Parts: sequence; C-alpha cells; structure tokens
Amino acid sequence: MNFYDIVFYLFAALTIASAGVLVFSRNVVYSAVGLLFALSGVAGLYVLLAADFVAIVQILIYVGGILVLLLFGVMLSQKGMRVDIGTGAKQLGPAMIVVAGVLVVLFRMIMKTPWALQSVSEFEPTTNKIGVLMMTDYLIPFEIASVLLLGALVGAAFIARKD
Amino acid sequence: MLQNFAHILVFLIFGAAFVGINITISRLLQARNPHPVKLSTYECGELPEGESWIQFNIRFYVIALIFLIFEVEIAFLFPWAVVFKSLGTFAFVEMMVFVFILIIGLAYVWGKGDLEWEKPANVPDTSVSPLTESKELTQLMAS
Amino acid sequence: MAEGIGIILLKFGFILLFALGLGGLLTWVERKQSAIMQDRIGANRASIFGLRLIGLFHPLADAIKMFTKESFTPASAEKFLFTLAPAISVFFALIGFAVIPFGDKLIFGDTVVNLQVAPLNVGLLYLFAVAGLAVYGVVLGAWASRNNYAMLGGMRAAAQMISYEVALGVTIFGSIMIYQTVDLQQIVHLQGGTFWGWLPAWGIFMQPLGFILFLTVGIAETKRVPFDAPEGESEIIGYFIEYSGMGFGMYFLTDFVETVMISAITVTLFFGGWQVPYLLADGFHFPWGEVWLLNNWTVALFQIASFSLKVMFFLWLQMAIRWTLPRFRYDQILRLGWKYILPISLLNIVLTGIVIMVLK
Repeated sequence: MNFYDIVFYLFAALTIASAGVLVFSRNVVYSAVGLLFALSGVAGLYVLLAADFVAIVQILIYVGGILVLLLFGVMLSQKGMRVDIGTGAKQLGPAMIVVAGVLVVLFRMIMKTPWALQSVSEFEPTTNKIGVLMMTDYLIPFEIASVLLLGALVGAAFIARKD
Repeated sequence: MLQNFAHILVFLIFGAAFVGINITISRLLQARNPHPVKLSTYECGELPEGESWIQFNIRFYVIALIFLIFEVEIAFLFPWAVVFKSLGTFAFVEMMVFVFILIIGLAYVWGKGDLEWEKPANVPDTSVSPLTESKELTQLMAS
Repeated sequence: MAEGIGIILLKFGFILLFALGLGGLLTWVERKQSAIMQDRIGANRASIFGLRLIGLFHPLADAIKMFTKESFTPASAEKFLFTLAPAISVFFALIGFAVIPFGDKLIFGDTVVNLQVAPLNVGLLYLFAVAGLAVYGVVLGAWASRNNYAMLGGMRAAAQMISYEVALGVTIFGSIMIYQTVDLQQIVHLQGGTFWGWLPAWGIFMQPLGFILFLTVGIAETKRVPFDAPEGESEIIGYFIEYSGMGFGMYFLTDFVETVMISAITVTLFFGGWQVPYLLADGFHFPWGEVWLLNNWTVALFQIASFSLKVMFFLWLQMAIRWTLPRFRYDQILRLGWKYILPISLLNIVLTGIVIMVLK
C-alpha cells in the first residue's frame, strides 16, 4: 500500500462517511453539510484519476453551485429544518431484495469489466486537451449544451416566478 | 501533476490543523462566566419577535438559479479560453455563438424583471408591540 | 523538482505568516488610515513598557483579546454548526493562498525551490472554485445563529456573493485568453519583459478594463465597504451578530485575509506578480543598456519584496476606497453586479477575442 492508495482510501472514506451523514441526518441543513464534504471527497477522487479539470469543475459547479442552490431551497422552505421526511411506508422486505439485486449486478460488473489501467507517470494536464476536443470533435454537443442551458435558465426562472 | 495536488493536500491538512489549534487554544484560554441573559438571542435588549427560520423571498432562489446556470457557462469557457489562439477564427466564432445564446438567457431574465430588486409594498404589522415583551427579559435578568 | 515535506512546510509557514501578518497589519491600517482621512489621531493606546509605536501593538492586543474573550453560543442556536461555521469560513479563505506565486525559483544547494506552495497547472481555476466556497461559512453561521438579523445578513451576503462570483469568473477571462494558460506561475512569467523596450509587460496594459472590473468585483465579493450591505454595522450588523470571542475573531480574520487575497490575485493577474521591472533571472537589464548582475538569492529576495509591496499597495487602495465611498443600497449592489459588470465583462471577452484575432 503506497501513498497513492492511502490517499485514495482516505478520500473514499470521507466520501462514504459524509454520504452517511447526508442520508441519516434528521436535519436537512446537516444533510447539506454532509453533501458538502461528500462532493469534495469525490473531487479528491477525480484528482487521483488524473482528471484535474473535472476535479476543479466538480468543486466549482457541485460544491460551489448546486449545493448553494440546495441550501437556499432548504432555508427558503418554512419548515425545512426539522421536517420528518419519512413517509411511513417502509416496505423493508421488497427494498432488501431490490438492493441486494443491484449490489450483485454492480459487483459482477466491477469484477468482469476489463478496466483500462494507466500508470501514474502518464498523468498530465487536461484543460487544453478538453478545450481542443470541445472545439473540434465534440462541437455539436457543446453548442447543444448552450441551448440546453438557455432552456434550463428560462424554465427555472419561469417556474420560480409563478409562486 | 499529481505531486502538485499533493502539495495542495498538505496545505489543506495544515490549514485545517491551524484553524483547529486556534479554536483549541482559545477554548483553553477564554473566560467562562455563564449567565442566562448571555445565552438569549441578541436583539438589543428586546426579546426577539418571531422565528428567524422563516420563508425568505423567492427572489433569492431565482438569483441562485441564474447564478448556477452562469457558473456552468463559465466552466465551459475555461477550456476554450486556454486554446482558442491556436485554433483560429472558427473556434472564436463558435464560442461567440455559445456566449450569445447565454446572453439571450440573461436578456430574458432581465426583461422579465427577475433581476429587479425593488422594495415590495409592505405594510408594517402594528398589532403587536415588541415593547410589551421586554418585561420577560427583565425577569430573566433578575434571575 | 523533488521538494521534501520540510520545504512545503516552510512555504506554508511563509504564506500563512504573509496572509495573517498582512491581515493583522490591515486592522491597524484600517484604523490609522481612517483616522488620517478623517483628521483624527486613531488607535495609539496599546503599549508595551510605555512604547506605543504609533499604535502598532493594537493588532497584537486584538489577537490576545480574541483568544481570551468568552465565546458563548446562544441557547436557541444550532450548537455544532454554530461552532463549525467560522472555522469553515477562515479555512476556505486561507486555502486559496496555496497557488499564489510569491517568487520565481530559489536554488538551495541541489534543490530548486519553486516559490509557490502548489505549482498547480489549473491554479486560476482552483482559486475561482475556492472563492465560491466562501459563501458556506456565512450562510451556515447565519442559519445556525437563529437570529433574525443574522439570517437577514446571511441571505443578503449569500445572494451578493454568488452574484459577484459570476462576474468574478467572467472578468478574469480576458487575462486567460491573452496568456493562454490557467497556471498562475506561468501567467507571471509571461508578464516578464517589456513593451517597446521600456514599459513592463504587465497585464494591466493589455486588460485595463478587466483590471477595473476585477477590482470592483473583488471588493464586492469580500463584502467590504461600499458593498457591505450584508453587514452594515449601523443597521443589521450581519451574519456574525451572535458571535463573540474567537468565533467573531475568525469572521473578522476571514474578511481581512480575503482582502489580502484579492490584492494578491490582482497583483498576479494584472501587475506582474513578483516581477520587478527589468529584473531577469540573472540581474537587472535596464533599457539604457546597463546591466547589474545579481545572484539567485538576491533576485529571489527582490521578487518576494516586489510581490509584497505590490500587494500592500492594493491593500492601501482598498482601504482608501473603503473610507471614501458610502455604503450602496442592497438593490444597487445587485443591479451593479448583474446589469452593469456582467454585461461589460462579457463585452470585454468579445473585445479581447477580436483584438487577438485581428493582431494574429
């Protein structure tokens, strides 16, 4: 187990522990704080995958953007703090079966997939490559993304305004 | 490249340690004279009126929504900005199209008044006087 | 390039001292400069053995006070988050300094020390992302306080910070487009040399509009006067109203560290970072042909001194602005951000792009 592995397990543990806080907390704001650390942990995992740009964007968009929106949503709802989000319908048996099924499928997928392994020495900056690819091979998705964003902006503003 | 992020990690760890040490030292050094009035919510000697965890104006949420959309746009702009010189005029025009479509979005929320922040018509509620409750605080002080 | 953990620690210590030292000094500058501007004497009482040193001991006295004052938590507050929020706030303010280059290279026996804690090739992106996290300390602290004024101030602060975050992101694109990199050390390197043989090739001469926009947005992002509606001390006091002792001290420190940060980024992007005019790696090369050769250590010292002086200049400028302008109304702040600065900085991107295309 080298330094790389130790850091990986640290970030993985941080992500899972914060996700646990997020799921099990009774208070929505504490859940949001859990999400803050979970998303940051994922950013750390991206760094370990040599995806430097994606890691920073993860912090920029998810930690610094979407989570702020979530917090605003929680704080704007009058009884968002100690609301009991359980519905009473537990259905433990069927849930167990579905979860076990998903677990088996995921585990088999992890085991069977021929993962492309890369050595640590090949890591290099990715921002420029992403820029070049976005402007050449992936031009159409890129321009469609702008239309999608426009749609999201108009739609969100419209729904929020109707209150 | 990974090594540079390792430097960041070291910096984060020591930054957190620095903050933690500061809190610990101040915990050890600080005075402790508990009094119930100190623990009351600060409102210049009045008891606070109403609950502070209330429903805020929806405008704040709209601002956050618009902010998020533009944040995503900025994330798209970064990789373009570092290479556009070498890609030439075509890449520049492409990005101008991208920016223009988003400016339409800005123009939309602007035109629809989502960026306005004028004071809403608000009639103050005079039925409750906050002064009536200051007696309770006086009692608290005496205890 | 292999730097031991010892060297990283030394650099961490240096940058921490730099940020905190300047932050502490700023508390003194703020009082003293306001005193000079308002024709008063200003803070001069703190003394050690009768030595007053024009009030320079006041930051020290402040620090002692922050450490020893009772820090209590209101009974109705959320205890855990109330304690955590100021720590988060100051932590996110400090970690940005990891990528600020404060010098070029120091040759130390066999090892070459890069005078930047983390030479990150996405440094500017990292700074931008970290700047966006500052909102958490404020929002969580305000919410955890459960005080009407704290909530008001917190929501105002949050909406203001995210609005100006967008503008902040857009204003720096002009510089990225010119230098074609987001590596801060490289950006500073590219600002070496001169235009026409005498004018230092600093970013401001290529991005004058970008500089003005950035400084404005920077001051707004740190919620300093005239953008301090979230913490207007004569009306709502703001998100830290319930904090005392070290909790308040940390919010206070966050403010000043962020001010130092804004100065440091301004200097790095627009004023050549650690570059000294005409100073190359081996000494001064003046435009009139004179050459003074210097060794590596002297050059590094010049660079660190140059960076520090430039940062101090912008601290002074921010203070001068702070004591000159009155507070804006809240709707004015948001209108300025969304309806003036954002469109103008988008225009700046287009203009910069067109100029670069034409020159090519």
